[in-house]
Amino acid sequence: MPTLYIDNKPHSVRDGLNLLEACLSLGFNVPYFCWHPALGSVGACRQCAVKVFQNEQDQRGRIMMACMTSASDGMRVSLDDPEVKAFRAGVIEWLMTNHPHDCPVCDEGGECHLQDMTVMCGHNYRDYRFPKRTHRNQNLGPFINHEMNRCIQCYRCVRYYRDYAGGRDFDAYGSNNRVYFGRHEDGVLESEFSGNLVEVCPTGVFTDKTQKSHYTRRWDLQTAPSICVHCGAGCNITPGERYGTLRRIRNRYNGEVNGYFLCDRGRYGYEFVNGGHRARLAMRHAEPGWLMPTAKPLVLPRVGALIAEGARAIGMGSPRASLESNYALRELVGPENYFAGTTAAEQHLTKTAIDLLWRGPAHTPSMREMGLSDAVLVLGEDLTNTAPRIALALRQSVLNAPMRAAAAMGIPDWNDGALRVALQDQKGPLFIAAADATRLDDAATETFRGAPDDIARLGFAVAHMLDPKAPEVPGLAGETRQLAERIAQKLAEAERPLVVSGTSLGSESILTAAAAVANALSTGTRRAGLSLMVPECNTLGAGLLGGGTLEEAAQAVADGGAEIVIVLENDLYRRAGRAIVDRMLSTAKHVLLIDHTLHETAARAEYFLPAATFAEGDGTLVNSEGRGQRCIQVFMPAGDVQEGWRWISELGAAAGRWAADKWANIDVIVEDMAASFPALQEVRNAAPLASFRIAGFKIPRQSHRYSGRTAMRAKMDVSEPGIPHDPDSPLTFSMEGFAGPAPASLASFFWAPGWNSVQSINKFQEEIGGALLGGDSGVRLIAPEAEPGTAEYPGTVPEPFVPRAGQWLVVPLHHIYGSDEMSMLSPAVAARAPAPYVALSPEDARLLGLSEGETAEISVDGQSRSLPVAVRAALPKGVAGVPAALPGTEPFALPAWGVIARRANP
Amino acid sequence: MAAFNQQSNPDQRPLTAKIQPDGRALSLKDCEAAGGYRAVRRALGTMAPGDVTQLVKDSGLRGRGGAGFPTGPKWSFVPMGDNAPRPKYLVVNADEMEPGTFKDRLLLEGDPHQLIEGVILAAYAIQADISYIFLRGEYVLAEQRLATAIAEARGAGLIGKNILGTDYSLEVHLHTSAGRYICGEETALINALEGRRANPRSKPPFPQVCGLRGKPTIVNNVETLCNLPHIVNNGTEWFKGLSLTPNGGTKIYGVSGKVKRPGLWELPMGTTARTILEEHAGGMRDGLKLRAIIPGGASTDFLLESQLDVAMDFDTVAKAGSRMGTGTMIVLDDQTCPVGMVHNLMRFFASESCGWCTPCREGLPWVEKILEAMERGEGQPGDLEQLSRHVTALGMGLTYCALAPGAMEPLGSGLKHFRDDFERHIRDKRCGWS
Amino acid sequence: MLTTETKNEILAELAHSETNRMACIEALKIAQREHGWVSDEDLCEVARLLDLTPDEVDGVATFYNLIRRRPVGRNVILLCASVSCWVMGYVQLRARLLQVLGVELGQTTEDGRFTVLENQCLGACDHAPALMINDDLYHDVDPEQLGDILAKYA
Ligand SMILES: Cc1cc2nc3c(=O)[nH]c(=O)nc-3n(C[C@H](O)[C@H](O)[C@H](O)COP(=O)(O)O)c2cc1C
Ligand code: SF4
Ligand code: FES
Repeated sequence: MPTLYIDNKPHSVRDGLNLLEACLSLGFNVPYFCWHPALGSVGACRQCAVKVFQNEQDQRGRIMMACMTSASDGMRVSLDDPEVKAFRAGVIEWLMTNHPHDCPVCDEGGECHLQDMTVMCGHNYRDYRFPKRTHRNQNLGPFINHEMNRCIQCYRCVRYYRDYAGGRDFDAYGSNNRVYFGRHEDGVLESEFSGNLVEVCPTGVFTDKTQKSHYTRRWDLQTAPSICVHCGAGCNITPGERYGTLRRIRNRYNGEVNGYFLCDRGRYGYEFVNGGHRARLAMRHAEPGWLMPTAKPLVLPRVGALIAEGARAIGMGSPRASLESNYALRELVGPENYFAGTTAAEQHLTKTAIDLLWRGPAHTPSMREMGLSDAVLVLGEDLTNTAPRIALALRQSVLNAPMRAAAAMGIPDWNDGALRVALQDQKGPLFIAAADATRLDDAATETFRGAPDDIARLGFAVAHMLDPKAPEVPGLAGETRQLAERIAQKLAEAERPLVVSGTSLGSESILTAAAAVANALSTGTRRAGLSLMVPECNTLGAGLLGGGTLEEAAQAVADGGAEIVIVLENDLYRRAGRAIVDRMLSTAKHVLLIDHTLHETAARAEYFLPAATFAEGDGTLVNSEGRGQRCIQVFMPAGDVQEGWRWISELGAAAGRWAADKWANIDVIVEDMAASFPALQEVRNAAPLASFRIAGFKIPRQSHRYSGRTAMRAKMDVSEPGIPHDPDSPLTFSMEGFAGPAPASLASFFWAPGWNSVQSINKFQEEIGGALLGGDSGVRLIAPEAEPGTAEYPGTVPEPFVPRAGQWLVVPLHHIYGSDEMSMLSPAVAARAPAPYVALSPEDARLLGLSEGETAEISVDGQSRSLPVAVRAALPKGVAGVPAALPGTEPFALPAWGVIARRANP
Repeated sequence: MAAFNQQSNPDQRPLTAKIQPDGRALSLKDCEAAGGYRAVRRALGTMAPGDVTQLVKDSGLRGRGGAGFPTGPKWSFVPMGDNAPRPKYLVVNADEMEPGTFKDRLLLEGDPHQLIEGVILAAYAIQADISYIFLRGEYVLAEQRLATAIAEARGAGLIGKNILGTDYSLEVHLHTSAGRYICGEETALINALEGRRANPRSKPPFPQVCGLRGKPTIVNNVETLCNLPHIVNNGTEWFKGLSLTPNGGTKIYGVSGKVKRPGLWELPMGTTARTILEEHAGGMRDGLKLRAIIPGGASTDFLLESQLDVAMDFDTVAKAGSRMGTGTMIVLDDQTCPVGMVHNLMRFFASESCGWCTPCREGLPWVEKILEAMERGEGQPGDLEQLSRHVTALGMGLTYCALAPGAMEPLGSGLKHFRDDFERHIRDKRCGWS
Repeated sequence: MLTTETKNEILAELAHSETNRMACIEALKIAQREHGWVSDEDLCEVARLLDLTPDEVDGVATFYNLIRRRPVGRNVILLCASVSCWVMGYVQLRARLLQVLGVELGQTTEDGRFTVLENQCLGACDHAPALMINDDLYHDVDPEQLGDILAKYA
């Protein structure tokens, strides 16, 4: 541990840091721009200057850039030296020569790193008397607003977008003081991670376009720690609310999960919360297809009475509902009447995944660990579209192996400029096997395209090469065998190998093959990583609760036993074929839907109870890592809206099943749940109890600068209402409370004196880029049982895929914008979704006499659609693809064999 | 073709001995007849790569690109041996864009084979596989002549596979720049060669270890490399003996401005500025007096008339408070406005800033605008303090590369030496010179 | 649209280039030879040939002085604006040139014959002031002789 003398006081820091990281980790205020904890140092802005002295005798010292200087033992540094302070003030002064004085109308105002640094450096008087240069702005699509005049040329945007996120439609242009950042012409930014520009840019050049349409200053937003609900990765987010509507999503740092970045689906999918598909009042069917608001006290006793009368009620849970809501439903209807709300096929996949993760010996890494892997095999997932943030993590992983060589050249890992030079295009091993081309392929060492069974066979082949105990793959093609050998070799050589797979192709074999590889790699002291992607925000949680299948539920209704169907946060039409859902909903005597959003199932419900979205209630979600994470209510919803589990609690009381105060708050239900499900024990620690206080105080959801509280409701009522009671968390809907650092699972607003921007997170980390103070949030629910070296290999190796004459294996192709139900209700995301299509290999298209854009008729399992053809060069022959769950193509249950033909002339 | 004074004894001016008075470049055949490529035959035939490096070290040759870094020691940082990363590169810095500098043009146009011979020697010493000649885009004639010479040399087996039947191979490529002063900075040059925006790179790692495409790379100036054949042919003592001072060899000096005979002369290293100006450049034009010189290209400090007896070598000029730089001096006469001259220089540097680091990108345009305002008669009290602040704040180590500190040399020294002129501009609200 | 000839020249450059990117600047210079500047369309074509994105190529193109992204006339005059030429009468030369052509710096004459651009040091400092027209260097230029020089260019 080197000791640094900072303004003559000794401080110990970790080895291998630069001076800037070291000083920030120690809590000092050092201004900076071009450095970013995830992007490293390039030394461009010259803002982080410090003075370094050779020894105790050296009185003159030398000004050096902290971010470009290794913190070495015994170093003497001054931050307060007048000369270096003057230099830093000068840097700000330079940057401000061209920066507009538009803070009052700038979206970044109040959370602007440039504002903070300007104040920190004490620059406040303008000497520059010449005109400022100006630029034209670009239309960059629905996510990002562009205002180039505010640019201070820190180069972070281009480094993030190109070097970190792999985007290629963005660059720096021009030179001298006319450098410009953007696209070569107006147009939508292609990267799925473009939204991070909003947080990476230290000024207001790149701002959130969706927020702009309902703009609110950061300090006027009410926030709470939350979890993204748009895929299974479970990124931590900070939603911000004002006047009852959600205004934006920001990344919430979690060192183990998403770190500094989100994907664009997660950042921009939130508008469904505000959208026209919401219902906020309890409703009853007036006539078919027409739900009418009905006073809540009228609905609850009626449904309660129905249940009390003794008719068999079944519950349909949901992978997008919280653990608590699903558990509550199970309690209400009883385990035998509880169905998980998904098809047998989907449940089977989830169960397989959970079993594999439990069994081990491979272990499930966190997203941070995934990024640290040094050899990766992706089996059957198009990660950018199924778990986007994880694709971004893997893009970084390919640097790890070559970085070791750079370290040998004496290049520290923070010296990003030098690293990129030394690495050039070198990449560590990343192999991607998928049905079609993926957006991560450019980072891959090699790719493989095949039908699901062939992907699984490749995996099994790798496993067998690593461990002869794993089943052999008969009849493997020579090319595939050689590829498998190369993969096996790279994985075996790695220190931290990782296998990533998932359920998106609907193949159990792929899952077992992936586990076989990871388990075969887990020998000696090494546990290889095994990450299995699941489709929804609580797929794994719902899986841990178990329950029957949708088909069994339909059977129960058809048998006449089940008269009441209670559907929880689920559009059954997205789950299963229309016929089965239609039959079930029309046969059931009473259908009750508890959900936040109106959809096809809602149209068939007799009763509707408005549930809370992630932003309006409390609940726990389990991500694909098996990490239980708590969403805490951000704001008081309008109308009758409350958590699904609260409705069920009230329903149970109305039915006389239990006392009205059975689950007075989330802690009670979590306690009950933990008692019934040993696997969910740890959920009790996902967040502190509602009774938790710091120094006797709750934690405020509103910033200490929250404005207009007395005025915002004045048009309705001049008396200020009391602060709403929050029974479920130690947070309060107020600006009063404990202002210091809160435990990570309760913290959503990171602010420190002088640090109003997202960069304030520096003040809340144990060290820069490390865990949040007191540890990152989330509890791990799954740990592998088997010891390394004791792998078993269940599952059978599938036969090779053989194309069928006149039939195609139709597989789902996932879309970051399009395949997720809720984000598609957000206009900005919907604008980016593709039009429905059917994808064919060039050979198959030729065979069918179809070319790009022509209409094909596709029939699967008795349902058919007319879709334009998309010719995909990478798609294997005999395999067709349609966009998964995209409005307009659903609800095919895929994968399945289907028939495709040229549409006869209409 | 740059004018060139041929009076002195060819033995005393090895670099320019083969340059023809009529401006024509020698063909390979004529060049070889005049002793060309003898050094290559000798080195590849009888010397190990390490011997060449040692010889250059012993000669004390210092880089002629401006910074004067010792050439042999620079080469010795390149990883050698079978385990060294490959390919290794030798890059010729023929970007010559420093205002007032035109010496490499003479060598490029006048004797391209001499440069190629130097390239082969340097490349052999570091066991480079590929060499790039990075040439200014505007040097059209040089481009043609180099291309011809490279083709001739390749045809004769002097470059390419198994040079002269040895097992040493070297590819030589000519790259013509699309033009930017920063491309002369060696790491920016490497980025330009890689087809990128020519922002400089951080050092360390130095290009010797991690340069072009992340591989060991040496960047040397044209004039530096042209010295090599002669050192190999004649030895280190001879080389040192050419010089009047401990900085060995000859130097191509140049003079531009209102002197009688502007031009270039190869003279013993350490010839005084006064000798160059008065004996070779013929002194000032009639009716004009010399006020100051910028000794070695735009990014060096002004030296006053009283300082002209300084010996023009790296160490002595540095002691006098300036730098020899490229050794091509620009003369300021007594009827030219020093503020205007400094303004012109700052305009150059501001527009050629690469735009990477803040002080240079934002500071230089500010400086330029103040000077422009002064010239227009819109100078204000405080402007000189503002300029001085910039001189300090754009100093070496504070910016990312040496461009901005270089720019501050004429500004800082100009403010010091011509204070009265600056003040008069502000006081009189006009430039009194035009 | 680049001609087939130009495209082949770019592909030939690419063939002996170590990486695609390393051919980028040369490819732009080749493309520029067609019209004296690189249009958006040509830029995209260069990008396609090199398998780079237009953004990447434009980032490079706009960095360098000698790649022009705006239309120019049939002949391009590069007037040296650096210090030796300035001392030797650049200001007068510039004034005269602009007067003769009736344009401002950076502009093209109405007949499309000349575009006047400033250039940094042409390396002809001992024969200042200097200018280049297309590939031809003129030194010791006397403002009064401009007419003769310009007359050589159609
Ligand atoms: C802004 C800037 C411009 C430069 N321009 C040139 C140049 O045009 N030619 C050159 O040889 N060196 C130039 N140099 C110096 C080079 O970076 C490098 O030091 C030199 O090419 C090394 O060669 P040498 O050791 O043979 O002198 C420049 C340096 C800077 C900072
Ligand atoms: S000093 Fe900075 S901006 Fe100027 S050229 Fe060097 S790196 Fe670029
Ligand atoms: S943060 Fe160190 S130079 Fe920019």
